[in-house]
Amino acid sequence: MGNQAISIKSLEKRFQHKQVIAPLSLDVPKGQLMGLLGPSGCGKTTLIKMIMGMLKPDSGTIQVLDLNVPHKQLLNDIGYMAQSDALYTDLTGEENLHFFAKLYSLSKAERIERVAYAASLVRLTDDLRQKVENYSGGMKRRLSLAIALIQNPKLLILDEPTVGIDPVLKKEIWQELIRLKDQEQKTILVTTHAMDEAERCDQLAMLRSGHIIAQGTPQELKEHYQAKDFDEVFVKAGGDVQ
Amino acid sequence: MRISAIITRIIQQMKRDRRTLALLFLAPLLVLSLMYFIFNSNEASVTLVVSNAPAPLIDKLKETDFTIIVDNDFSKKQLQDKEYNGWLAVEQNVSKLTLLNDDPSLAKALTMQLAQILQPTQASIGSMKTDYVYGDQDTAIFDIFSPMLIGFFVFFFVFLITGTALLKERTSGTLERLLATPIKRSEIVAGYMVGYGLFAFLQTIIIVLFGIYVLDIVHVGSIWLVLLINMMVALVSLSLGALLSSFAASEFQMMQFIPLVIVPQVFFSGIFPLDSMAEWLQNIGRIMPLYYAADALNGVMYKGYSLSDIIVNLSILACFAIVFIMLNIISLKKYRSL
Ligand SMILES: Nc1ncnc2c1ncn2[C@@H]1O[C@H](COP(=O)(O)OP(=O)(O)OP(=O)(O)O)[C@@H](O)[C@H]1O
Ligand SMILES: [Mg+2]
Repeated sequence: MGNQAISIKSLEKRFQHKQVIAPLSLDVPKGQLMGLLGPSGCGKTTLIKMIMGMLKPDSGTIQVLDLNVPHKQLLNDIGYMAQSDALYTDLTGEENLHFFAKLYSLSKAERIERVAYAASLVRLTDDLRQKVENYSGGMKRRLSLAIALIQNPKLLILDEPTVGIDPVLKKEIWQELIRLKDQEQKTILVTTHAMDEAERCDQLAMLRSGHIIAQGTPQELKEHYQAKDFDEVFVKAGGDVQ
Repeated sequence: MRISAIITRIIQQMKRDRRTLALLFLAPLLVLSLMYFIFNSNEASVTLVVSNAPAPLIDKLKETDFTIIVDNDFSKKQLQDKEYNGWLAVEQNVSKLTLLNDDPSLAKALTMQLAQILQPTQASIGSMKTDYVYGDQDTAIFDIFSPMLIGFFVFFFVFLITGTALLKERTSGTLERLLATPIKRSEIVAGYMVGYGLFAFLQTIIIVLFGIYVLDIVHVGSIWLVLLINMMVALVSLSLGALLSSFAASEFQMMQFIPLVIVPQVFFSGIFPLDSMAEWLQNIGRIMPLYYAADALNGVMYKGYSLSDIIVNLSILACFAIVFIMLNIISLKKYRSL
């Protein structure tokens, strides 16, 4: 113990008799960037919501930062970005950021500093005074990411953070995620469908029909499946289950 | 701190939503005025004939808006012919008030003001007996249910606006997102109650002042009590709207609560006499917040009740609000068990 940021043991979840998460165990080591891969509908979002304490598992245990989920302290320590943007569209970007910053009880000075940092990270500084309903899809995604970072959390859980974001900005965001991990020792869990992103993770877990079918570094997975690139890994890993 | 964050946000959102603000503040005034004109079409001046009254009483009567005619030799027949509104005959023991009552609201206004004037001098003129040329004392329309109307509008518009606002928060996922932050469930509910409560409070003040000072709805009791009752109504409606929004999946479904929750309450709030209803029907009325609100509002505005007379009604309304607020806090467990 102590080395794992997230530790999941025999976790199970079903929705109306449909087994979405089969008994599943997964460890995310501290200070690593872990990617969660898998086809649409395999249960990634469900797994993440259970880690966040927003869904109750049917059985099994989840420990995050050595605390049992759900735990009050964890709500402060985890920066969360949901798959669908949950923003107040009738407020401006800045008002959204300040609102969430207040919920984390940041002082006014901290709040102004963090809002400026998070906004500049996702290149929204110039658009902060616009109402969110006038944002493009990618801008909303970026604002959601900024909100996830607002309280400077130890652990980041991001559900498909870069969907709808252009390649240049996507590259910058990933550079920042890796910087946060390297320099600020943050642990990051991301789900993604983009294979170029998968390649940049320290660890990958492949989820399929509620099972973790493979886990390791990108290099290990490629060797394991004797694949040249990740698209091939994905296809071959998919074939394994049948 | 977190509660105030929610309150600030609600104020920011409401300030930008002009239409909702208009609905909240202007629509009730519009409907109330319309009903006023429908039920009170002739606001003619009231003429009162006085017979054998002592001079001080006549002076006092002349201070009112009534036209006073002193005639010591008057009859009911004359009253009917000349179409005066009332005739007050002061006699040794029993004063007799005869009301034409062709327009119940005028007759009501007359009785009520007379009752007020005569109260301190009751001893000198003895008790008063009221007689009607047309109809009887139960014929009032707008005056009787206008206090209840005020309560109804507060209830209806607050219910609609908080219900849909909270529903939007649920369907857009922001409520779920909110619960991924360290905010307590009770803080969310408190933030909502205070945030929308502020707007409900403003609305209540506007409706009450408009009703009393512009439409001249009769009110005998304290205006502060009227405001207090309506604030309680707003609180019940706020918490009920918030609660029911968790059972609706869309704005349209929220509207479907109107015939289920709002309309039945109107039937039990004084438009139809409750005494003549079957026992079981009366019992249904007792589970409806507006029943108590209407009772209290009628008491204060129409009968001049004081706080101690309506404290039971107010307490029952407070209980409704507390229960709904608790249920709201519990219902948020759906999103987060902590
Ligand atoms: N609340 C729910 N009720 C019933 N079924 C659900 C619910 N939430 C998710 N599911 C089912 O669980 C399965 C996994 O859903 P989940 O959202 O976790 O997939 P995902 O891996 O995140 O997919 P995607 O990559 O498309 O986001 C799906 O088949 C979905 O239909
Ligand atoms: Mg998903």
